[in-house]
Amino acid sequence: MDLLLEAVVTGVLLGCFYAAVSIGLSVSFGLLDVPQVAHPAFLVMASYGVFFLNDTYDIDPLLSGVLITPLLFVFGLLAYRLYYETFERRGTDAAVRGIAFFFGVAFIIEVLLIMYFGVDQHSVSASYIGRSWRFGGMRIPLRLMVAFGVATGLTLLLSVYLSRTFMGRAIRAVAQDEEAVRLMGANPVHIKQWAFGIATAVLGVAGALLIIVSPVDPTLDRAYIGRTFCVVVMAGLGSMTGTLIAAIILGVAETIVLTLFGASWAPAISFALLLGVLAVRPQGLLGRR
Amino acid sequence: MKRRTFLGAAITGIGVSLIGKAGADQPPIKIGMSMPLTGGLAGGGKPSLLGIEIWRDDINAKGGMLGRKVELVVYDDKSSAAESPAIYSKLLDIDKVDLLFAPYGTVPTAPIMPLVKQRGMVLIGNFSFQVNSKIHHDMWFNNAPWGPADAWASAFLDIGQKAGGKTMALLSADQEFAQNLAKTAREVAGKRNLPIVFDQAYPPNTVEFSSIIRALSAAKPDIVYVASYPPDSAGILRAVSEIGVGDNVKLFGGGMVGLQFGPVMAKMGSLLNGVVNFNTWLPEPGMYYDGTKAFFDEYSKRAVPAKVDPLGFYLAPFGYASGQLIAAAVTATKSLDQKAIAKYLHESEVKTIVGPIAFSADGERKETATLQAQFQGIVDNNIDQFKKPGKQVILFPEKLKSGNLITPFEAARK
Repeated sequence: MDLLLEAVVTGVLLGCFYAAVSIGLSVSFGLLDVPQVAHPAFLVMASYGVFFLNDTYDIDPLLSGVLITPLLFVFGLLAYRLYYETFERRGTDAAVRGIAFFFGVAFIIEVLLIMYFGVDQHSVSASYIGRSWRFGGMRIPLRLMVAFGVATGLTLLLSVYLSRTFMGRAIRAVAQDEEAVRLMGANPVHIKQWAFGIATAVLGVAGALLIIVSPVDPTLDRAYIGRTFCVVVMAGLGSMTGTLIAAIILGVAETIVLTLFGASWAPAISFALLLGVLAVRPQGLLGRR
Repeated sequence: MKRRTFLGAAITGIGVSLIGKAGADQPPIKIGMSMPLTGGLAGGGKPSLLGIEIWRDDINAKGGMLGRKVELVVYDDKSSAAESPAIYSKLLDIDKVDLLFAPYGTVPTAPIMPLVKQRGMVLIGNFSFQVNSKIHHDMWFNNAPWGPADAWASAFLDIGQKAGGKTMALLSADQEFAQNLAKTAREVAGKRNLPIVFDQAYPPNTVEFSSIIRALSAAKPDIVYVASYPPDSAGILRAVSEIGVGDNVKLFGGGMVGLQFGPVMAKMGSLLNGVVNFNTWLPEPGMYYDGTKAFFDEYSKRAVPAKVDPLGFYLAPFGYASGQLIAAAVTATKSLDQKAIAKYLHESEVKTIVGPIAFSADGERKETATLQAQFQGIVDNNIDQFKKPGKQVILFPEKLKSGNLITPFEAARK
């Protein structure tokens, strides 16, 4: 029973970490319909930015994540503009060609990281890494507690931004009906570019969490591509709260399986859950029809 | 007289230059290989290749082999088993290489074994584990110090049982290398009637190990044998540090790949204390042979600009030794004939910078030279500490023993 309780608690924390690394994709893929398969590569790139600041200037990883956020925002703006000019504007099969574009970007990022940082794993130093918090008989890793706090904060922030601010509502409007936004006199491309910038900017903090939770290497993006897309689709495209809930369900299911039934079954869990949810609710947990 | 001397010297000079030109005109001896230069195994592939390149430069400075320069033909296999067979076909059919070295690691090596056997080529293995156990290629020679298949697990379990261990837990990555290790560990435990109270294979891409370590701890084992790959070893040790494995664990480690690499060790720092793990070369007394120090002096100079492991203990000297093996065979047989080279390597003991190497019939070492060493007194963020003796104390083999085991594991971690 203790094991089950610990598995659930760790699962919630792990789920929050999954939410943090997926929430940017929930904006770019879920809301904007951009096939952003380079999302995990952007995430790993952000982790390396955090590693650089931590290793060179001894800046706390989370603070490093915040510091690189503006750079990532600009990078996101440029990446979307390039994607739009070369693919989205040119035809109906933009999505298919867009996948090829973002795959290409992911490979370029991977190679650049290898050339600059080398192929070895890198990790960061912080007071909360390698320590745990005792709660009753339980020992909870502090780095997962940090992930929990940051993920819930990010979700709250993005939800408020998208529902309460003018630009946030404009982003939702573009997601619902791009043509109607155009008829209202607004430029949907500018709005989408801004939203893509935000989706990339949140990777600053998410990348910090990634390297706090485990060491990174340039090819780590491949491990996250399935998980992040699974969370976003299961959540319901474009739902920030749904992303958090779906990620927590995934985290809890994974840790229960890992703890009680054996590690070999864990990879199947995310996709089994996804199929189960889509069978019952094709629009995802909190998605609209 | 003077004119005769001058003429003689001139004729001799012209003759020598013509012979020299003939030597220089000869095509180089091509040694082909794939190497994981990107992907999960690249952290090992790059230092291994640097070791081979240092050997190539040394041998070429001495005039090459059979009077011909040595040239390496290297392709990146991306750490993938899907890439290496096509690369070796290309090396043989298009590049027409004279000799073959295997890539670093079991995963990319296993699928090239049938091709290499079919073509009747000598293959100098590079740290694969048990890839020849089913193929039985009689021209396979592994540069790694593994020795007999069960030697690795036997050494670790010997240490554990001497420390009072009566039960064992087995945690392994779900891929070929780790599963081979786990299989032999199960067999050795079975022969010794050592109950296995926990036996799990975790999938690749596992992010968080605290749940697995919690389940392992609940089984209350005395000995924990871990067969993990580089991305996971660090995650497992972090989880152990946070969750703990229980006071009854006397020995932890065994087959954790990654904890031999300088950058990983430097970052893990004090989390490594107490772990008893396999290794191949350590800066402990008794590990230095003819050329070892000179090799590491050269490696240290070249590693940092090349952005590879600045220590390079684990693989780089064995890359150099691969070259020494092939050079000894080619020089002794005065040919590139594959059968003659294989016969020489089967029958001879070759002196290398990692010690004398002799092969058994299956192409593995006659005797294991795999070390089991315990991390002791490690501090955080200091890579230079690992260059000094006493930080990884050798517990096995007995003739190289350089210290005593600190046990139980939780006490050793402090």
